[in-house]
Amino acid sequence: MTLMSVPLVNYITLSAVIFFIGVAGVVMRRNPLIMLMSIELMFNAANLLFAAFARAWLNNAGHIFVFLVITVAAAEAAIGLAIVVTVFRSARTVDADEVALMKG
Amino acid sequence: MITFWALAILMLLSALWCVTATRPIYSVVALLGNFLMLAIMYLTLNAEFLAVIQMIVYSGAILILFLFVIALLSSGIAPFSVGPDRLPRIAIPVLALALIALGFLAWALAHTAVATPGATANGAPLGPVGTPDVFGSVGDFGTALFTTYLLPFEITALILMVAVIGVVLLAGDQAPYVATKKREAQVKRDMREAILREGGQ
Repeated sequence: MTLMSVPLVNYITLSAVIFFIGVAGVVMRRNPLIMLMSIELMFNAANLLFAAFARAWLNNAGHIFVFLVITVAAAEAAIGLAIVVTVFRSARTVDADEVALMKG
Repeated sequence: MITFWALAILMLLSALWCVTATRPIYSVVALLGNFLMLAIMYLTLNAEFLAVIQMIVYSGAILILFLFVIALLSSGIAPFSVGPDRLPRIAIPVLALALIALGFLAWALAHTAVATPGATANGAPLGPVGTPDVFGSVGDFGTALFTTYLLPFEITALILMVAVIGVVLLAGDQAPYVATKKREAQVKRDMREAILREGGQ
């Protein structure tokens, strides 16, 4: 019962693939909302790994870590969306390529 | 095992849909599906509390926030850009990077002994999901959170506080108003001082 029915390697691979899908979303898309959602995907890939390892070692710390990551993700999403709204108010667009205020 | 593969395939498909969707609202729906699959996967990993907060916090709070912003921005005069994505330019480097990283991961996994543990480290004993005081239950999680990990929990409260203040400063209606008022008051003060100085001369 303590052993997992699914090998840990499967979880690691699934998490890595989802993480890279998220990376691809951040790098390729120009819509900042979809970029933020891709960041959430990456958070969730890491969370899945935490939960899988917590289950493998029967250690609570992984669950606590997922909880903290979810909290930080909520804060990040709120602030990111606030920035998107602010940029939209001043620049009238949300295109990540057109908003180049901080480009040197 | 079958559950894992079904969930994994659905998660991958929804993640791909989320990243490639043409409209942000489809992306939100795909992400919602991904989060629900992940919640079920948490349940299969005996993490029932995580499954619950995954649904409540992620699907319930964060995605609704996304929906609100999409609705807000789409109702403006200039909605989202319809320009081409950076897909053709950057697809090859990203794919190469992903393949290199995944290859390195496979190599590392082949050369490391991953996870042959079995003994309870510090959690509660394993048991069926839903019974009290087993590994990953609310009682188990709460005991760990409020004893061993109390300080990180308190820091979480601080982070959320900073986030709330930041959001209000960034996007709150009052923020520019207050700034303008402050600037007006400053200008008035400067003028008054200038007048006083001239009167003194």
